[in-house]
Amino acid sequence: MATSSKGLFGSSLARKYWMAVSGLFLCTFLVGHLLGNFQLFVSGEEGKLAFNEYGHFMTTFPLVKILSYVTYLSVLLHTVDGILLALQNRAARPVGYVKEKQSVNASWASRKMALLGTLTLFFIIVHMKSFWYEMHFGSLGTDANGNKDLWTLTVTAFEQWWYVAFYVVAITGLAFHLSHGAQSAFQTLGINHPKYTPIIQKTMTAFAWLIPAGFVAVAVFLFVVQPGQNL
Amino acid sequence: MDLTLKIWRQNGPQEKGEMKTYPISGVEEDMSFLEMLDYLNDQLINEGIEPVVFDHDCREGICGMCSLFINGEAHGPGRKVTTCQLHMREFKSGDTVYIEPFRAKAFPIIKDLMVDRTAFDRIQRAGGYISVNTSGNTIDANAIPVPKEDADRAFDAATCIGCGACVATCKNSSAMLFASAKISQFSLLPQGQPEAKERVLNMVHQMDLEGFGNCTNTGACEVECPKGISLENIARMNRDYLFASLSSNK
Repeated sequence: MATSSKGLFGSSLARKYWMAVSGLFLCTFLVGHLLGNFQLFVSGEEGKLAFNEYGHFMTTFPLVKILSYVTYLSVLLHTVDGILLALQNRAARPVGYVKEKQSVNASWASRKMALLGTLTLFFIIVHMKSFWYEMHFGSLGTDANGNKDLWTLTVTAFEQWWYVAFYVVAITGLAFHLSHGAQSAFQTLGINHPKYTPIIQKTMTAFAWLIPAGFVAVAVFLFVVQPGQNL
Repeated sequence: MDLTLKIWRQNGPQEKGEMKTYPISGVEEDMSFLEMLDYLNDQLINEGIEPVVFDHDCREGICGMCSLFINGEAHGPGRKVTTCQLHMREFKSGDTVYIEPFRAKAFPIIKDLMVDRTAFDRIQRAGGYISVNTSGNTIDANAIPVPKEDADRAFDAATCIGCGACVATCKNSSAMLFASAKISQFSLLPQGQPEAKERVLNMVHQMDLEGFGNCTNTGACEVECPKGISLENIARMNRDYLFASLSSNK
């Protein structure tokens, strides 16, 4: 038997491995991001100074910087790989069905991963313009400790109902994306076992809904409490 | 029972096809779906219309020849049945029944509802076998101890009849369930080990060459598979391919 292997590049399975690995890394990024956001529950001058100190640390500490580059790379890889996969999948069925009942055999989220991913990417672009760009290249004022005042920028953004609404819709889309993707990544990497798969599926389903719920909770808190107005 | 059939008619691989409507009456609930099509074809022949071409062979659910996408599902509304095992009692008088060919770039239409599934044969030829010495000193298969559980799972994988319902159902026209079943039936057994690495690399490579889509793990294939082939096989193939890729010399 002559072996024809493209190894870990090029084959349909390899493309999915990269999708799974980058996706799972981005899941761990979400946990870190959410833990940072939880500091916004502390209002007042004390919360403001602590959050800005945290923002300074996150943009200057070398290890965090390395992690942030891995994150940018993962988003890029997940996007480009996802587009290539979607194009290939479309080409695999040039003529579709007149009548097709997809809902009887597969979940909605699993069938709409490309759409949900596109929504998430759009959100990431807007979100990075709002905060990441302003933090790195914008003209932010400084707080009493001399750190860039990311806190005021953040709480002001979430005072606007339409910004909060957009945020909640986008994060809900992300939740659906994760509800399929987070557990599907394990199957793609070949991790399927009668003993462990039920645990993995339950854990990742909980992850998919609880992490976005945390992000939404912070956003809604900022909109309701409006800590920027009370300072 | 009276039905309205909407059937894909296409004269040849390069011709343009379209859905055509055929009212049919006198269908009995005990007819199989294929018998109903035979009954329709008798009528069409009597009326001087060319009969509908569709694939069929054993008509007892074991050969994998029958196909059809019926009312939006591969092999119709039943679970764990092929089209030949689907009976008209699943429908009621007055129903409109859509009958389409399995759709995939890798399954080109030959005529009407008949598609070319030789892409599956080529995947099989790329590695879906074991090499056994048959020169007079053949070793009895049972001479090598195999754990019962492994033998059972290998047999479950081997029940795949290669009908292509997985491809037809998958939103990406992916052949992962088929390929993984054909790989798993050997990779679970000691006899399959000597060629295990090359098998998974070559069969996946051939699957890609045929133009099937990728796996999104929607699980639709498992639901529609007439033999209930499990998604565990896809995970096993993913795992085997990963290790084979990492440790392959080429």
